[in-house]
Order: sequence, then structure tokens, then C-alpha cells
Amino acid sequence: MSASAVFILDVKGKPLISRNYKGDVAMSKIEHFMPLLVQREEEGALAPLLSHGQVHFLWIKHSNLYCIHPTWCPWRWVWGLSAMVAAQAKRGWAEDRSCTAHLCGLGWGQGQVEMRVVARDRVEVRGLYSIYFAINGTFSLTLLPLVVATTSKNANASLVYSFLYKTIEVFCEYFKELEEESIRDNFVIVYELLDELMDFGFPQTTDSKILQEYITQQSNKLETGKSRVPPTVTNAVSWRSEGIKYKKNEVFIDVIESVNLLVNANGSVLLSEIVGTIKLKVFLSGMPELRLGLNDRVLFELTGRSKNKSVELEDVKFHQCVRLSRFDNDRTISFIPPDGDFELMSYRLSTQVKPLIWIESVIEKFSHSRVEIMVKAKGQFKKQSVANGVEISVPVPSDADSPRFKTSVGSAKYVPEKNVVIWSIKSFPGGKEYLMRAHFGLPSVEKEEVEGRPPIGVKFEIPYFTVSGIQVRYMKIIEKSGYQALPWVRYITQSGDYQLRTS
Amino acid sequence: MTDSKYFTTTKKGEIFELKAELNSDKKEKKKEAVKKVIASMTVGKDVSALFPDVVNCMQTDNLELKKLVYLYLMNYAKSQPDMAIMAVNTFVKDCEDPNPLIRALAVRTMGCIRVDKITEYLCEPLRKCLKDEDPYVRKTAAVCVAKLHDINAQLVEDQGFLDTLKDLISDSNPMVVANAVAALSEIAESHPSSNLLDLNPQSINKLLTALNECTEWGQIFILDCLANYMPKDDREAQSICERVTPRLSHANSAVVLSAVKVLMKFMEMLSKDLDYYGTLLKKLAPPLVTLLSAEPELQYVALRNINLIVQKRPEILKHEMKVFFVKYNDPIYVKLEKLDIMIRLASQANIAQVLAELKEYATEVDVDFVRKAVRAIGRCAIKVEQSAERCVSTLLDLIQTKVNYVVQEAIVVIKDIFRKYPNKYESVIATLCENLDSLDEPEARAAMIWIVGEYAERIDNADELLESFLEGFHDESTQVQLQLLTAIVKLFLKKPTETQELVQQVLSLATQDSDNPDLRDRGYIYWRLLSTDPVAAKEVVLAEKPLISEETDLIEPTLLDELICYIGTLASVYHKPPSAFVEGGRGVVHKSLPPRTASSESAESPETAPTGAPPGEQPDVIPAQGDLLGDLLNLDLGPPVSGPPLATSSVQMGAVDLLGGGLDSLIGGTNFVAPPTAAVPANLGAPIGSGLSDLFDLTSGVGTLSGSYVAPKAVWLPAMKAKGLEISGTFTRQVGSISMDLQLTNKALQVMTDFAIQFNRNSFGLAPAAPLQVHAPLSPNQTVEISLPLSTVGSVMKMEPLNNLQVGSGQGRHPSPYSPTSRAPLGSVEGRVYRQMFLATWKDIPNENEAQFQIRDCPLNAEAASSKLQSSNIFTVAKRNVEGQDMLYQSLKLTNGIWVLAELRIQPGNPSCTVRLSLKCRAPEVSQHVYQAYETILKN
Repeated sequence: MSASAVFILDVKGKPLISRNYKGDVAMSKIEHFMPLLVQREEEGALAPLLSHGQVHFLWIKHSNLYCIHPTWCPWRWVWGLSAMVAAQAKRGWAEDRSCTAHLCGLGWGQGQVEMRVVARDRVEVRGLYSIYFAINGTFSLTLLPLVVATTSKNANASLVYSFLYKTIEVFCEYFKELEEESIRDNFVIVYELLDELMDFGFPQTTDSKILQEYITQQSNKLETGKSRVPPTVTNAVSWRSEGIKYKKNEVFIDVIESVNLLVNANGSVLLSEIVGTIKLKVFLSGMPELRLGLNDRVLFELTGRSKNKSVELEDVKFHQCVRLSRFDNDRTISFIPPDGDFELMSYRLSTQVKPLIWIESVIEKFSHSRVEIMVKAKGQFKKQSVANGVEISVPVPSDADSPRFKTSVGSAKYVPEKNVVIWSIKSFPGGKEYLMRAHFGLPSVEKEEVEGRPPIGVKFEIPYFTVSGIQVRYMKIIEKSGYQALPWVRYITQSGDYQLRTS
Repeated sequence: MTDSKYFTTTKKGEIFELKAELNSDKKEKKKEAVKKVIASMTVGKDVSALFPDVVNCMQTDNLELKKLVYLYLMNYAKSQPDMAIMAVNTFVKDCEDPNPLIRALAVRTMGCIRVDKITEYLCEPLRKCLKDEDPYVRKTAAVCVAKLHDINAQLVEDQGFLDTLKDLISDSNPMVVANAVAALSEIAESHPSSNLLDLNPQSINKLLTALNECTEWGQIFILDCLANYMPKDDREAQSICERVTPRLSHANSAVVLSAVKVLMKFMEMLSKDLDYYGTLLKKLAPPLVTLLSAEPELQYVALRNINLIVQKRPEILKHEMKVFFVKYNDPIYVKLEKLDIMIRLASQANIAQVLAELKEYATEVDVDFVRKAVRAIGRCAIKVEQSAERCVSTLLDLIQTKVNYVVQEAIVVIKDIFRKYPNKYESVIATLCENLDSLDEPEARAAMIWIVGEYAERIDNADELLESFLEGFHDESTQVQLQLLTAIVKLFLKKPTETQELVQQVLSLATQDSDNPDLRDRGYIYWRLLSTDPVAAKEVVLAEKPLISEETDLIEPTLLDELICYIGTLASVYHKPPSAFVEGGRGVVHKSLPPRTASSESAESPETAPTGAPPGEQPDVIPAQGDLLGDLLNLDLGPPVSGPPLATSSVQMGAVDLLGGGLDSLIGGTNFVAPPTAAVPANLGAPIGSGLSDLFDLTSGVGTLSGSYVAPKAVWLPAMKAKGLEISGTFTRQVGSISMDLQLTNKALQVMTDFAIQFNRNSFGLAPAAPLQVHAPLSPNQTVEISLPLSTVGSVMKMEPLNNLQVGSGQGRHPSPYSPTSRAPLGSVEGRVYRQMFLATWKDIPNENEAQFQIRDCPLNAEAASSKLQSSNIFTVAKRNVEGQDMLYQSLKLTNGIWVLAELRIQPGNPSCTVRLSLKCRAPEVSQHVYQAYETILKN
């Protein structure tokens, strides 16, 4: 039904730690994994599910993978590199040796790269983009562990991936960061956690807050013999322990809306979507019953209220503490919250809204001589609101040089390692329109490879405002001791995946 | 301080040191030592030698130490089964520990020790733990039953644990219920017949209640279990659906997918007219869309499943096209899946948008993605008729980019568009032809060749184009070779006058110089078709093709239904039934949707389904002919084939060997021939014209044959079948050797050169003794006579009928197969035996082998008959007169070494002139032919 074994692998594909849950897959099968990964990568057929004979590998990489090319170098590229490093390492590479390898078919373009393994988990890469142009600077990648589950049956794949992500989440909460060092440093506790997280392939307790109650890093505590399973583990309310006490009972509610936007090169909006999340920070004593009221259109319809000012939530997802059947019945969001921070719910709306920051751009490339860029940004939201920390990143060819900028407001900066110009505007009031011009030189000898046409990306944050108009109408807090508790609400709208394609 | 220090001990004698430390009195030291052991184990060192010492540390009140020792046990118990027993006592004791954490730990670890010997000791502790007051212990014990069942199923059944497990489904604690369900499902999955989960409305109700209370993982176990239930009617299905729907709002994608699975399955039972059905459809779309904001791996699983859902119930997501638009930073596997779904959702309503997107994708840099995008444009054209024109013009735009792989993909899809909309877009052919040179991928080359062949009549220089491909024929992939063969044949049929040479060239390349059986067979089929009946060839090769279907890559419905039952699992990701990738029959239960659907037994994945055979091929005919002709080609033309005559024949003709044993050391004679088809009736109908007689040619020293009979030449190969070459011929015998006299006539309009002949293996080892020599080219209407000496030492293969001989001859390297209708063979000069030997052999051959014949209307007397026969190498051994009848005892030997003894009874003065012939031979199947030979000779 589920995973037979779970492995955490290092950069080279060697198991750092593993746990065999079912014994139906030989643990040595993992040796096939990395070569398979490298091979699939080379074929351009990499998928999160690889199989070798009767063994299936479901793998994820730790998403904190740091790479100084976050938007420009697609994930695949990083993997190509790490896979190559792994392959080289297998051929007996010592640390601190250099070699040249050919990068091909990777998302970033083709060319020669030079790699130096500078540490066990670190590789330095210098790219010769083509024969003529060396990429400016050297960058390093930190390669973090992979988590792999194996199975020989028709396992529930979505369960396995969910579980792997959950596992990483737990490790991260325990060790701050999940990397080779932290696993080695805490191998005893990793074993303990692996034992508690899953049994015979069935995920068990994966709530790190609860786990921390009985699996702790200070093992001495346990020696007193007091260690008990917190009843929470098996309670119907498995996410909150009893007996929590606060002097001041408070709940902080953050309503955060991210706007995903996809606009094609001729300016028509392809996709506009709002993904909202409601995050709570709960400092409440005892076992409080909470009820959250929103201006949910369906609820308003049910209760016969006017539909004005209500919001139609297209799809809502709740934390497991929320009583789903109750929501299904009468749209009441009622729950006993976990302690501290958690994400109560997320929702999605695909109602078309005016793009909050609209970009018009003209990028003119005069081959062999220069690139002229003109970007116009317009705030299309209420005049009273202000967008903060606006960053507009505009792609430039990778062989561009000698940048010159002119901006009507804010400052522009060339970031060669990402091949973008970033135009930053600290504060951008609604209704305003700003302009930036940039000029780059191009070398007279053109490189051969075709480059992709990455989109313009925009980042921003607009406080005290939700683009959907969602509002928290009330938050009722009832606890048997009858204390008074205060809810605090904050609204913020920010950019999500905000892309405008260029021509 | 961190644990990493434990990894650093790599000194020699480490094991010894650790041993000492493990046995230390100091608790702290002990614990450190165990950690070092585990660290070594983690990095893959073998520390199993420390087993007893580590197990000694098991009895401790230190929980951390205990966990480490248990971990060690799980790893090494299997390699030290005898010592593992040492641990049993501690397990038993720990299962009674006041601390539930320790009880659970013990029961959890116990099940992971896969040592048969100790399992039975674990039954009692397990039984207790299943009834433990603490739910944490009970939920762990529930899983332990599944573990134990995996090791020793019988034991679990005997101990009644399965019933206890079933009882746990009614446990008050939702975690326990969830684990019990998971354990039971696991057991049921590996023992499909056990009927463990006999779900009924009551138990379903319990599960649905637990669903609201247990953890996210527990919800998945329960949902997956529910999916196996078959509601008794639509009412029940609806009520389950109603209670499952809230799970669609769960934050965990896996819960959502499992809920989708239940709903998709039970929906099958709901009437489409039901309001609820529509509501449910509407409720499914948003959660599926939201899955696309999950982590990339989960997105991938979701997309693979959406691909199935879209095929099963297109109405669910028909308005959600936009969410599948590809984003720049999507991982490639997500991009490709999105693209696939976009095409499935493409309809007249959204096609404009889709095409604009696809065009955008087609200009990206990722080659794989671009290719798929171009292909997608073609699929849209085929799927949405109204968009075809737009798609074609988009493809043309893309071809103009001259980006090599874009052009090639475009040509591949345009071929399909031509097949879907014939005679509509051929105006673009000119543009395609411009790009001919840039095609370097087999698929694109094949597509282009197909287009040229299909529209040969509209392309002025089609022959040149195809000829250019022909140059490197052998370097092409099979796909291209096959396509080229077909295209040139099409061309020939359309423009026969100018392209004869080309078609001959390709046919010979395909049939003679290729090792590929498909290619050879197809070559021969065309060849035969063209040579026997050009009209039929036209009908077959230029037949109207069936239009290609809208979507060629739809999953076959029964498989689709099965996969719907596996939503969220590996099967749904691979799009293959579990039986295709799960080892053995274990764990493979075919699932099928409830009602309305056919059962999905033996569903085959589309990948494994055979691809359609090209029209016009008749696979049941081809192989046999191909083999024969293939053999024919194997005969070498140069030196006479020196097959191992007797050795082979002893294997292939058992009866011959018998005779060989009786009359050793004999000589060759020959036999002859009947073609497989047309010639057979000819034999029967006109035995005189082409009788055996020409065989029995006794030349016995005299210069040329006097009495030897030579059949007149018959037309063996009509011009029609051999591209204008007519062959007629007969067999003759001169001075003990056999020849084939051939007359070749060029009835075509072109000069012929380069003739060759090949013999198929035959019953008589007949083969050319020298190459066919035609010195001068044969001009149109010219005739040439050749005598081809034959030897009888070729390899012998028994043919059916026995006198079947197949010969191929023709120009250059294209033999036209034919079968000479004249009889070759005959007795050999050494066919004479002495009287005693004759008698002995006659007696030796069993009577069953004797065959009696009558030859009517033969007015010869014994003298005349004897001499006539002798001229054909049938020797009279003795002559007697019995009761007024002349008895001639005769012998002959065929070229392949078979002896035949004959008794000829002639009644002089008998008005009917009937001659009686008795033949005895160890290979009785030759008798009939020998009789025919006698008849021919005597009557001539």
C-alpha cells in the first residue's frame, strides 16, 4: 500500500540514513537509484517516479536547494549538475579537483561548464557559455539530500509524496535545516523519528509539535522514566495537547492573498488567480473551540443575507483541525486549534481581477550591438493603498554588457548571474505610473545557442488590503474556563507567481 | 556536542574495543558504545559480530538505549536467527511494561524481526497488546498483525488474530480503527481470496464515522478501503459520496486524491439525470485544480490522474483549460503532462486560446517540450476539425523558423493531418519538400517519404526525391526503409512508365540486401503483387486509407476503468495495470468499476497492444512464402551447392534412409518438379506433354541420345510476372548429366542484362552446376537459348509434393520465382542391380511399400518396353514368362539415392493393352511419380 523503505541520500546518492519498513525490497536496490536518475536526466525524461525492475523509487529533493539562479535556472538544470557531479564523484573524483563537462539539453542553454567540488556537499561551477563568452563570476550550489521511498507494490503514490514532504517538514522543525550535516549530527533522533513517523509503510504521527512532546533532543529528559506517550497522539484531537496555559489569551489572524498572473506577450491575461491563506498564531489556554466567520458568498446565500460584499471561494482547503463535515453542511469553520503557528485554511478564486501592477515593456534587441529596454509599470489598485518592496525583474540576454539605466523612480540593478535587471521601487502608490529605461551592449560575435524568453517577474506586497475583498467577520473563542480572548486580524496582498511573457 | 562524533572511530580492532565497551558496567559508556555500533551500521559496516553483546544491553530502563538496541535487532536478527531468540524474553517482558511507549515499542519491533523461529513466541505478547487499554499500543499492535501475516500467514490465521483485527474496526479510537483498516487492507491485498474485508453497510458506516476523526493518513487508509466496496444500489452510493465529499477540502493532496477515487468510482452507479450527479461533477473540479498548486511531485501525480479523469469524464474539467497553461518555471515533467491534458480538453470553444499557447511553447528552448508542443498542434488539428486550417498555417509558420527539430516534428504531424483531411491541404507540399534536406530523424524522414509517395502524382519530381533517399537505403532505419519501399511502389503504380528501374531497385534492396524480415516480406509481397496482378496491386497499395481517429492515444476503455479504481497509486501514474509492474500474482487484484462497466480482466495497456498492421498485408500468407523464397535466395549461384545429401536426407526423409541402408553406395538420379500452384493441375491434365520421361534418359556412352525423350519446352514464367522476361524451358539429359534448357525472351521494352538463376532446395538435390551464362544483353523481343547444366549434389530437402522444384531467375538481383513445369530427374546410369541383389532387396522391402499401377493403352511388347525404359536409365534385371505374361524386373535409382524396384507385367495380345506395374521402394512416396514416368516413357 505504501513505502517499503525510506532513504535519505547525500549528494552522491549514497544513503545517509535509511529505514526498512517492510522488508520486501532489498536495501541494496538503492544503488540503482542514482545511475537511473543520471540516465533519465540525460535522456530528458526525468520524472519523480523512477523504476528499476520491480522496484519503484518515489523521490523528492529537498526544496530548500540553494542555487543562485532561482528563477533563471530551472530546477532541471540544477539536477543536471548535481547528477553530473554525482557521476563524476563515482568515477573517483577527489575533492578540489576540476573538470570540464558538457552541459547539454538543459534548460539554461548549452555550453561548457567547469566544476570544482569544493566540499562534500558543495560544488563550484563556472560556465563557459560558448567558446567566446565566459559567464561572469563563479557560483556555487549547495546540494542537499534527497529523500527517496521505494516500493514493490502498487503503492498510493500521492500518499508517499505527501509523506516524504511531511517528513522533511518534521526534520526541518527538529533540526532547523535538513542537510547532510544535520542528519549526521542527529542520527539517533532521526532513527527515532523514522520509527515514529511510519510503521510497516503506514504513516503514523507526523505532527512535529506532538512528536516533540515525546521524542526530544535532550534525551536525558527521558531517562527519568517519566516519558509517556502524550494522549494527544491517539486522541481524536491529535494536534493539541491538554493543559496549555497562557496569561494573555490572544489569536493573531493573518489573511494573505497571493496573486498569480500569467499574461502573454501581446498583453492579454491568460490566467489570473488568487490563492489566499489564513494563518493563525494561537496563544490560548486549555481546549478552546474557535469559530471563524468570513464573508463567504455561499454562507450568505444559505443564511439569506445580501450577496453584496461577499466573496465566492472556489476551493477551500482546511487544516486537519477543521471539522470538514460541518463546513460541508452549513459552511461553519469550527475547530480546536493547534498551539502556536499554523495555516488554518487556504482558498482559491479565479475571478478575474485587474492585474494589480501592470507592466508594459519594449525590449528591442539589435543583434551585435545593443539591447534597449523600456518598462512602464502602473499601479492598478486603490489610490489609498501602497505597494511596498516592488521588484520588477526584466530578462536580458546572457551576453549583455555595459548596462546603463534611467528610472523615473526607484533604482535599477543588473544581476548578471540571473541575467536580469531588477528595478526596485520601495513604495508604489495606487494609480501611479513609472518608467524605466535600460541600455545594454551586445558583443559583435553572437553566440550560437538560442536562449529562452523568460518572462518579466514582479514582486510586491500591499498591506491592509485583500484583492478578493475577503473579510474576517468574527472569530468566536469559547473555552470552558470562559476566559476572554482577543483576535487580531491583518490583511496583506502579495505577488505570487506573477509572470508577464515577453516577445 | 553532536552525534557525528560516533562516526569517527575507524581504528583497527574497533569491533574488539566496542565489545569491551558494550560489556562495561557504566551505563553511560554502554550507551556511547551502542551509539557507535549504530553509527557503524548506518554507514554500512558489518557489526553483526556484536550481536550478543548488543542484545545484552536490551534490558535497560533507558528508553533511548532501548530504541537503539531494537534498531540493531531489526537490522541483524535475520543474519543471526539463532541468537535472535535471546531477545524474545525481553520482548515478552517489555510488552508488559507499565509504560505504553515501551509496550508499543516492543510490539512494533517484534514484528520487524523477520525470523520464523521466534514468531510463535510473539503471539502471546501480541494478543495482549491487541487488547491493551492504551490506544497507542493497540494501534501499533494492529499493524503488527499485518507484519506477522507477511512472515507467517498461517500462524496469524490459526491464532485468530484476523478476527481480533476485524474487531478493532469497531474500536472507540479512530487511530486504532485507521490502522486496523490499513492492516486488513494490506493483508487482503496480498491474499485476494481471503475475503477479509467483507464490507457491509454497517461496517461502512463505522468507517465513515471514523473518517471524520482520524488523522490525515488514517483518512487515506479508510478512503482507499472504501474504494473497494461495492454499494448495493445507487442510493447507498450516493449517501457514501455525500459523506466523502467533505474530504475534498482537506489540505493534504493525498486525502483529496483518495476521496476523488471513491467519488469517481461510485459515480458510476449514479444516474446521470440525478441532480446529485451534476452537483458532484461540479464539486470535483475545484479540488482537482487546486492540486496543481501542490509540490511538483504531487502535481505530477495529480496531472497523471487528471489525464485519466479527463478521459473518463471530460465534463468535469472542460471549463478549466487555463489552469493547465504551462508556466516558465514548471519542471519539465509537469509541462509535458499539462500539454497532454490541454489537448484532451481542446474543443471548438477554446481552440483559439490553446493554439496561441502551443505556438508560444513551440518557440521555447527546451527541445523535448517544443517537440511535444508542435505535435500537440497537429493533434488539435485532428481533434477539432474547425481548427485544422489554423493549425496547418501555424505549422507552416513554424517550418519557416527553420529550426531543425521544429521542422521535423511539424512534418510528422502534417502527415497525420493529411491522413485525416485528405485532399485539402496538399498545397503545402511544396513548402515541405523544400525542407527535405534538413530531415535527419527517422520519423520525420519516414513521414516525408510517405507524403511524397502518397501524393506522387502531384509532385513532379517525386521520383527524384525518392531516389535521393534510396542512395543510402541501408543506413536508414527500418521505419524509413519500409516507408520508402511502399512509397516507391505507390509511385510506380501511379507513374509506371518512368519508374520501373526505381521500383526494381528498391525491391531488390528490400528483398536481397536486407536482414530485416519485415522489410523482406513486405518487399516480396509487393513484388509478387506487382508481378502477378498489377491491378490487384493497385487496389491494395493505393487503397483508400481509413481516416485516422480523433485521438489516437486514448487509453483503452477497460483499462481506463481499471485505472480509475487505482487513482492516486503507481498504476495511475504509469497508466498501466498493477499486474504490469508488480511482481508475480501477489498483490494483484483486478479492480473494476461498479455496474455499467465491463469487467476489466486482462486489460492490456496500450503500449503493449500491437500497432496496426499496414493495410494490404496478409500476415498468414507472408511468412510461409517468405521462408520459401528466402531459402531460395540462400542458394549460391557460383559453385554447385555441395549440401550433405545423405546426411540431410536421413533427417528430413526418414524413409530414404531406410532404403539407403538396404542398397548402399549407389548413385544419383534426378527427379523433377511441380510448382506449388499452377503447375500441379498441368501435371495431372497433361501427363504426356511434360512427363517424367525426359528424365529416364539412357545415354550410356553413346554420343547423343537416341531414344531419350525430351519434353518440348513449356512456358515456365510468363512475361507478365517477371517484368517482361519470359522463360520457357525443359530438362534434358546428356551423357549422364542433366541440363535445363532455357529459352529467355525479352518481352519488355528495355534491354535486359545481368541474368541469374537460383534453385530452391528440393527433394532431389538439384542445383545449377554452373552459373547462368547469358553473355550479351537481351534486347527487346530478342530470345536466347541456354542450356544450364545441373548437378544433383545440392542440398536435399523433402518437398511437398515430392517433385516440387522452385527456381528463381531474372535480371540482376531480382529473381522472379517460378516453378518449371517440365519434369527434370530420372534414374541414374548406375541404376543397374544384379539379380540376387534384386531379389534380396525385393524381399527386404516390406509389402506395404508395394504400389500397383496400371498403364493402359500401351501396345508395346516386352522387348520394346525394355529398351525404351533403358534409354531412360531404367534397367531390366531379369525377364521371365509366366503364364503367358512377360514379366520384366527392373531397377532404377533416383539422383538423390533412392532405389526403386519394379515389376512390369505385360500381356502380349491383350486387346486392352494394359500393362501392370508393381513398384517397391523404401520411400513409397516416390512411387506415384515413378509410375507417371513409366507411363510417359512407355507411351511416347
